[in-house]
Amino acid sequence: MAERCAVIGIGQTVAKSKREDVSIAGLVREAALAALEDAGLTFADIDAVVVGKAPDMFEGVMMPELYLAPALGAVGKPMFRVHTAGSVGGSTAIVASHLVASGIHDRVLTVAFEKQSDSDAMWALSVPQPFSAPLLAGAGGYFAPIIRAYMYRSGAPRDIGMMVAVKDRLHALKNPYAHLHLPDISMKMVEDSIMLWDPLHYLESCPSSDGAAAMVIGSEKAAGAATAATGRPPAWIHGMAMRSEPTMFAGRDQVNPQAGRDCAADLYRQAGVTDPRADFDMAEVYVPFSWYEPMWLENLGFCAEGDGWKLTQAGATSMIEGGDIPWNCSGGVLSSNPIGASGMLRFLETALQVRGMAGEHQVPDARRALGQAYGGGSQFFAMWVVSADKP
Amino acid sequence: MSQFPALTSGHRPVGVVSFAQYDNVRREEARNEVEMLMPVVAEVFGNIGITKDDVGFICSGSTDYLIGGPFSFVAALDAVGVWPPRAESHVEADGAWALYEAWVLLQEGEIDAALVYCFGRSSMGDLGQILSVQLDPYYLAPLWPDPTSLAALQAQAMIDKGTASEADFAAVASRSRRSALSNPKAQVAYDRSPEELLKEDYEVAPLRRHALPPLTDGCAAVVLAAGERAYELCERPAFITGIDHRIETHSLGARDLTASPSTKLAGEKAGVGAKKVDVAELHAPYAHQELILAEALGLADDVAVNPSGGALAANPMMSAGLIRIGESARAIWSGQADRAVAHATSGPCLQQNLVCVLEGV
Repeated sequence: MAERCAVIGIGQTVAKSKREDVSIAGLVREAALAALEDAGLTFADIDAVVVGKAPDMFEGVMMPELYLAPALGAVGKPMFRVHTAGSVGGSTAIVASHLVASGIHDRVLTVAFEKQSDSDAMWALSVPQPFSAPLLAGAGGYFAPIIRAYMYRSGAPRDIGMMVAVKDRLHALKNPYAHLHLPDISMKMVEDSIMLWDPLHYLESCPSSDGAAAMVIGSEKAAGAATAATGRPPAWIHGMAMRSEPTMFAGRDQVNPQAGRDCAADLYRQAGVTDPRADFDMAEVYVPFSWYEPMWLENLGFCAEGDGWKLTQAGATSMIEGGDIPWNCSGGVLSSNPIGASGMLRFLETALQVRGMAGEHQVPDARRALGQAYGGGSQFFAMWVVSADKP
Repeated sequence: MSQFPALTSGHRPVGVVSFAQYDNVRREEARNEVEMLMPVVAEVFGNIGITKDDVGFICSGSTDYLIGGPFSFVAALDAVGVWPPRAESHVEADGAWALYEAWVLLQEGEIDAALVYCFGRSSMGDLGQILSVQLDPYYLAPLWPDPTSLAALQAQAMIDKGTASEADFAAVASRSRRSALSNPKAQVAYDRSPEELLKEDYEVAPLRRHALPPLTDGCAAVVLAAGERAYELCERPAFITGIDHRIETHSLGARDLTASPSTKLAGEKAGVGAKKVDVAELHAPYAHQELILAEALGLADDVAVNPSGGALAANPMMSAGLIRIGESARAIWSGQADRAVAHATSGPCLQQNLVCVLEGV
């Protein structure tokens, strides 16, 4: 049987358009050292290092973990590299946690990053491949038709996406690590921004960020020792799940993918969650384009299919409006998007919340939270549940 | 009750129960990665009469830089056909590390079997140039050093230190290619004496052509099964009794290139020296690296090293490591070996190494 495991240290960098002050190694080390300090540990205490990032072409370095080994204190240790598209930050945290849950290691450092300013993600996503339709519009161009299908199916009003864009940016104002701080954000400001891919305005899209995230995953023993040393509580992991499905085939539901629903069902079974809206105190969910909030509300079972937009519209997901199920209190992917780290930031933020360490964007008395990341053509899913309570 | 070997790593016995690999070729021009993988996946399941519905986890290994586009693993998943959706993951590494991830998950007891596969085509570009962007992007990659030149520095360091000679490299190549004659999947196999090989011109001194790996397109797959399930699928499973991997610092100037401390440590953690080793399959792309690895693992003189011919016989990128585990398992299934050591490497001059000890009961 799997051993108990917990997040015992958390670190992240400020997300920015360009971190010209640091190399890639400097960027990941900044997050790693912060996580170690939070856990009251040093590199010497770490058994293994698990690194995740999105396609290597985003920086132009093939398998950069090889070069990063000394910067992350991995020399002489096992070092592991995960890549599962946009979900990778979440998958990386899960792979690291399994190294502890399986009883193999006591303390694992996991780090995810992207230094997008070193290259051009749009270019890297659009390299022509033989016998494949070119994706010259980047991720937004890919997802916009799926969003239009959602609007058609659900009858959602056109301003729902803009509401998410405003809400997440208001949340971001409470998070000092967020890339975008837009104090004047308003529905009008979003509507007046340029239309990129109908119905997505510029301000309904995620930014392109440099940033890194890190966590220390510890065994029950390591969690006890960390708390004794630092006085800070762990975030216990109650469930982890990953699911994948093919990019395309006739009959695939890209709006409400089966892989996401199956992943959530497996996760909720592990964590004993029966009514996600009632059982979770908050959620950090991968919403790189505004409309993915109502879509994932349905996919994750927070409401019936077709009703996601109604929760957004009613303010249920807004911390500012006192909603009952605040989503993306950190500002989410819409406010910071170092792609490889974006999934881990979702997972990391849930752990911050149940440890009561989220600062200004802390949800009062948050005890159980859901982290979700997705990638590819809405086909790779990684999720976890963390809690203040030991499983 | 079935018998299981004592474990050095983990607590649940996990065995390699099936293995398949593509015909290693210089250039696969007719099929893309998915089309290459499909028969291999069909074979690895077909060998033991199961389907994708019988595995609880899938993990693959590959690298985007070979195909020259992002997300090459996404399309490759079509070779398995993950519908309904599956628990699945991917490492940007050789398939041996994908196997490690699957082995970790199998330790937890939730699932009983897993599929591991990997793929890579060296023919899609200039492999030397591609691998040079694997180096430190600020201080090393701008010099565009190719892997053969770096390996030559390593070989020269051995000569300078007096631990090996060019004749030793030729002896490794001669033996490996002769062994490869009995491997139907080998790309390069011949019967030539070390003396004859030493008449070849240098590619990059002190490495002559024979000391270099071939450029290979290929892919491979393995099925792992745990506990009793292993015996249901295989008469004599090759149980993983020890598995570990370690990395060294990246900067070549900060390493003693004539030794492999990461292999030594991984070998110790995996329990290589605990009992007699019958067969060792070492992922040594360059001939001299086999000598470094054998030394690091403390292999006795009577160990059969690379009976498949090793990476000198075929070196499909991202698969050559997993193939070493597959070949080791085959030696156990056939009764040729009771205990085998498989090794995989990644990075310039053996920077990162994985050691897997396999035993039959």
